[in-house]
Formats: sequence, structure tokens, C-alpha cells
Amino acid sequence: MQMFGSFDALFLARAQFAFTVSFHFIFPAFSIGLASYLMVLEGLWLKTGKGVYANLYRYWLKIFAITFGMGVVSGIVLSYQFGTNWSVFSDKAGPIIGPLMAYEVLTAFFLEAGFLGVMLFGINKVGPKLHFTATCAVAVGTLISAFWILSANSWMQTPTGHEIAANGQFVPGPSWWAIVFNPSFPYRLVHTVIAAFLTTAFVVGAVGAWHLLRDRANPGARKMFSMAMWMAALVAPVQIFAGDMHGLNTLEHQPAKVMAMEGHYQSHPDGAPLILLGIPNSAQQRVDYALEIPKASSLILKHDLNAPLAGLDTVPEDEHPPVGVVFWAFRIMVGLGFAMLGIGLWSLLARARRRLYDWRWLHRAAVVMGPSGFVAVIAGWVTTEVGRQPWTVYGQLRTAQSVAPLDAPAVATSLIAFIIVYFAVFGAGTLYILKLMGKPPEPHEDAVPTRGPVRTAGITPAPAIEGGKP
Amino acid sequence: MIDLTIIWAGIIAFAVAAYVVMDGFDLGIGILFPRFRVGPERNTAMNSVAPVWDGNETWLVLGGGGLMAAFPLAYAIVLPALYAPIIAMLLGLIFRGVAFEFRWRDPGHRRLWDIAFCGGSVVATLAQGITLGALLQGITVEGRAYGGGWWEWLTPFSLLTGLSLLVGYALLGACWLIWKTQGPLQAQAQGMGKVLLPGLLVAIGLVSLATPFLEAQYHQRWFEWPGVLASAQMPLLVAIIGFLAWRAIGRVQRGGRDWVPFFLALLLFGLSMVGLAISIWPDVIPGRVSIWEAAAPERSQVFMLVGAGLLVPVILAYTGWAYWVFRGKVDESGYH
Repeated sequence: MQMFGSFDALFLARAQFAFTVSFHFIFPAFSIGLASYLMVLEGLWLKTGKGVYANLYRYWLKIFAITFGMGVVSGIVLSYQFGTNWSVFSDKAGPIIGPLMAYEVLTAFFLEAGFLGVMLFGINKVGPKLHFTATCAVAVGTLISAFWILSANSWMQTPTGHEIAANGQFVPGPSWWAIVFNPSFPYRLVHTVIAAFLTTAFVVGAVGAWHLLRDRANPGARKMFSMAMWMAALVAPVQIFAGDMHGLNTLEHQPAKVMAMEGHYQSHPDGAPLILLGIPNSAQQRVDYALEIPKASSLILKHDLNAPLAGLDTVPEDEHPPVGVVFWAFRIMVGLGFAMLGIGLWSLLARARRRLYDWRWLHRAAVVMGPSGFVAVIAGWVTTEVGRQPWTVYGQLRTAQSVAPLDAPAVATSLIAFIIVYFAVFGAGTLYILKLMGKPPEPHEDAVPTRGPVRTAGITPAPAIEGGKP
Repeated sequence: MIDLTIIWAGIIAFAVAAYVVMDGFDLGIGILFPRFRVGPERNTAMNSVAPVWDGNETWLVLGGGGLMAAFPLAYAIVLPALYAPIIAMLLGLIFRGVAFEFRWRDPGHRRLWDIAFCGGSVVATLAQGITLGALLQGITVEGRAYGGGWWEWLTPFSLLTGLSLLVGYALLGACWLIWKTQGPLQAQAQGMGKVLLPGLLVAIGLVSLATPFLEAQYHQRWFEWPGVLASAQMPLLVAIIGFLAWRAIGRVQRGGRDWVPFFLALLLFGLSMVGLAISIWPDVIPGRVSIWEAAAPERSQVFMLVGAGLLVPVILAYTGWAYWVFRGKVDESGYH
């Protein structure tokens, strides 16, 4: 019974972390890209003086305010959850992970939060140049934040530069450089930041396409659609290349994860097949109904048709990641990546034929692809996080040994509370964002900082609220 | 040789104090929110903190993240011990935080988000006060982990500290509004201040009386030489500042300086925090784990100290600038 009880608490703690971190990441995946987009828009407005840029800046600023707010409040949950639910991990890895997260707070969170107020509320208080500085500070802050948190995550995936102290703690070795720039960090950073940019591009593109389908003369809709499609066309191929590099890095440092991604239960001494689709069957250690290309996996991973590739049969069974989840999540991510590339190429074709604003099927496809970035980043994180199981510090500290000594009912209660609150609160927030996106970008929004209606919690005309209620 | 552990204890204490001072008045406005009339008064009250609350809350992340970095053992023991209050605080802060945007986005459900704003602030404040009380009364430690059950934090004393903080933050919120608003809202905040100030003084008195009997260590600190010197002065100082604050609140609309009540209220918080520090020094988990037992290795301390030393002054500078941008009285129509 005791065994069962402790397993239960572990499962609940994992479920809670997976739920809260997945929900959280949706917001930064969007706000990292959106902050940079806002920076570009305001910069272009200052440079060219064209109203359409100021107009779009105002339009997306409202959406950014909600997204960023939800990212902040769901992020604080994570910074405390390391202690509440993964206290043994925090005690052991705190001397390494703690400073990286402290640097995130000191270099990024304060910067973002300090300048966000000016960005949202200060446009009439500080003048355009200083306001642009505030926008830049927020945008740069989101990127610095990504730098530190991905360094911390990557150290857990590919731990280097540490020593083990007598009390069992991971402690820093002589060089922090080796910890911060651990082997998987550069790849993960590039892949994740590009993913955030692509996610934002596809959201912006979908909103632009949605309004083009209604009014293809709307200048704001045309501008945002065109900008988003440039981004898709130029960055999607870069992302596929970056993802490939990241995969090769994973093969080097976390081979078991790649075996799960590829569905390679067995070793292939002379050329491994690329399994496109199939149903992983962990009980029988094989992939059922596999649709495969002979030797192609060896070609991709080793650049040699006949290169031998080890399978999970070379890994002790108690160190296998769950294959099914990793296998499918990886395919969802890759599939969406190629679909993004397809939209990007289609837009280039449309541009070449001067039909970018008239090709209705392109616009419809762009609308459908609007949420694709979110699905892809979550699938990507599921691939890498489930794929590194059963470890929290790869090869050194097991997930089961990292968990806090909490009673299962306590964790069950909090998990239910998180589920209810997140769906209610962030569901409402998503609805408000969709409502804002449903409104076409209107020319009046380009009014340069005057005593316009732009107001209060950024943004809404206060009288509109007063009008509704006594 | 400088003891980095003491420096880090000072930095964490500073972050927690900064959080209490800065988010205290935000949360206080949330606590008092239903008392303001729907319409211009509520809008003004919220506008007075909307541009700064996010920065204020970041000190909480620094306090938590800093504790993990500088005193990982303490972080690993305290957070599971206070599981329910911490989770409640996080959920409360979610409702409070999103209400700033949502209430303007959805006029049809404004009432609901006003309730979320107030409820979230109340829950977060109670949870923080309970956390303080539970730490003071002592938590069960086994080896390098928490050894108690998930309701151990719940005692009359922790409820007392929870309610005390509620009164304290509400006073900070009222004094902030006295400073930042005018007209009927200012007068209303003034009236609240006159009720909350005596309430806080009573609460400080009760907590101070109860604390020395929780742990032999506190008793010794306060009633034996040389601590008794401080204990003799503390009530007197609290009484003097309380009196000055009372006078300052009363005079605001008769030509008194509108910022004085806020700073005197902060001074009361400052004194309370000094009192706490006297009680628990040099422990990070009172009576259980000292700062040296919980400290991260020197390489972690040095690495972070470089960053903190360079960045905290910069952070304070641009935070100060952000406050400066939004200086002066707030009005309902916002910052035009």
C-alpha cells in the first residue's frame, strides 16, 4: 500500500507539472514573438511615419497585454512549484538551477515588468522615442528570459560543469560557462526562439487572412498578412534546419530519446529504416503497422545509408522513456513544421503572381494554420520532456527521486484546483483575445498619442464600461 | 573575510521586504476594492496601481527564486511544509493579476472580475500572512526534508498573522490612495485609514505578545539581556509612529501632506520586519535550520552576487523612473 501511495503522489505531481507548464508555455510562445513584432512595428512607424504601423501597433498591443499578463501569473506558479512539488530536486540541484533562474529574474523579469507599464500606459507621458525604448526593453527582456530558462532546462537535459558534493547536492564546478552553455543549450535556444517567432507569425498571418477574407482592401490586414507570410517563408526553412541540428545533438547526448522518437526498439546494424507512421507497441518492443523507408533513418541521423543505429534494446529497461507519447508528439511537431513551410512557399508563389491579397484559398489555409505554432511547440516540448524520462537531471537524478514528500490527497487537490482555475481564467482570457482579433484593424487606431480613447488598463475606453452599468 | 551567506540572507530579506512594501499596497487596494463605488472610484483605484503592479510582484519571484538559489535546503523544506497556503497564494495572484486586464475587456462581466480582483487579493494576503505565522511557530523537519502533514500550518497563531497582514496591506492600500487620489475617493480612503490603523496596531500588539511564547529562542531574545533593551523600545516606537500616522491621516484634507500617511505606514511595516529579524536571526527556518546550514556553495553565491550587485541598483533605478513617469494624482480617465 505504501508503495502504491508514493507512486500515486509522484504521478499526480508529474501531471500537475505537465499541466501547469504546458498551459504556461502557450503564453510566452506567443508573447516572445509578439514583443519583437511590436518592436518592429513601432520602429517602422518611427522611421517611416506611416499610420498603418502605429495602427497595427495599437491593435496588437491590446492582445499583447492580455497574453503577457497570463504568462506572468502562470509563470510564478512554476517558479514556486519547483519547491512545493519537487523539493528533493530543488535541494539537490538548487545550487545550479537556482542561480540560473535568479539571473532570469534579475536580467529579464524586472526589465519586462518595469517597462511594460510605460509601454501600455505611458505613450502620452514619455514621448515616442522613450516609448520605443520601453517597447525594446520588453522585447529584449522576453529574449533574455528565454536565454536563462532554456539554459536551466538544457542543463537538466545535458548536465555538465558540475560536481557532486558530500551532501548529495549538484554544485558548480570551477566554470559557470560550462554550466550555462551546456551541450544542448545553443540548439534548444535557437530552436525554441525561432518556434516562438513562427508561432506569432502564424497567429498574425491568420488574423490578417481572416480580415482579408472579409475586406481585402483593409490596409492593416494586408500589411500584417504580408509581414507574417514573409516570416513564414523565410523562417520555416531555417527552423527545419535548426530542428535537424537539435536532433543530431540529442542523438549524441540523449540517444534513448531519439530511439523513442524514431520508434527504434531494436538495433539496426546495417542501416535503420525511417518509420513514418505506425503504432508503437512497447509490450512487444516493436512498431505495429509500420510505414517505413528502408535505411532512411541512418541517412538522416548518420548521413550514411548503411550506418548502424542502436535501438532501445541497448538501454536498460528501467531507463526507457515512454515510446508512444514521444513517437507521436515528434510526428505532430515535424508534420506541422512542414505544413508551415508549405504555407510559406505558397505565399511566395502568390507574391510572385501578385495574388497575395486575393488568393482566397491561401487565406483560408492561413486561418486554419493560425494555432499550428502552439500545437507544434507543445508537441515539441512533450517530445523533449517525456523523451528525457525517467530523469530530471539526465542520467543522474531520477524523476521518482526528485519529488516532494507530499501526501497524494494534497497534490490531487491542488491539481484539480489548477485545472479548474486555468480553464476558467485562461479560457476567458483566450476568448477576450479572440474577440479582439475578430475586430478588423481600424484606421482610427493610428491616431498618434493624443488624447484619444486609448485608455486605462491599457486600452479600453473607460466610458464604454461606464455606459453599460450604473 | 566577508561572509557571503550573511550577504545573501540580507539580499533575500531585502527582496521579501521590497515585495511586502510594493505589492502590499496593490493587494491592499484589492482587499478594499468592494468598498469603493462602482464606476469612477473603482477605476481610479485600479488605475493607481495598474502600471506598477507587475514590477511589484516580480520581487516575489526574486524572493522565491533567490531562496532556491541561495538557500536551496530552506526552499526545499519550507515550500512543501506550506503547500496549501502557497498554492492558495498562487491561485489568488492569478485572479488578482488577470483582473487588471479582463475587467476592461469584458464590461458585461465586470462585476465578476471585480470579485476576482478582491477575492484574489484577500486569498493571496491571507496565505502570505499564514505562511509567516507557520514559519514562526516552527515546522517539522526530518533530515533534509519536511516531516509533517499537510495541515500542520493551520493554527490560531497562523490565522492571527494572516488576518494581521490583511489589515496591514489594507492600511497600505488606503494610505496609497490618500496619496494618489483626491476628492471623495481620498476622503473615503482617509476614513478607512482611521479604522485600519488602530486595527493594525492591535494586530502588531497581539502577534508581538504571542511570538515570544512560541519558541524558547524568541523568549530569550526578547526578555533576556541584551534583547530586553530592544523589546522595551519597540512598543514605544510603534506607539509613536502610530500616533504620527493617525495625525497625518486626519490632516490630509486640511492641508497636510498627502504622502506622509503612506510612509508612516511603511515605517510600521519596517519596524515589524526588524522585530521579526531579531526573533529569527540567524535562522532561515526559525528554530530549525540556520542560514549557514542551508546556504548554497560559495561558487553559487559568488556567481549570483556579481549579478545582484550589478543589477539590483539598475533595477531600482528604472523602477524608480517608472514610478516617476506615473507620479501625481491619478484620475478615472487614466494617464493621458
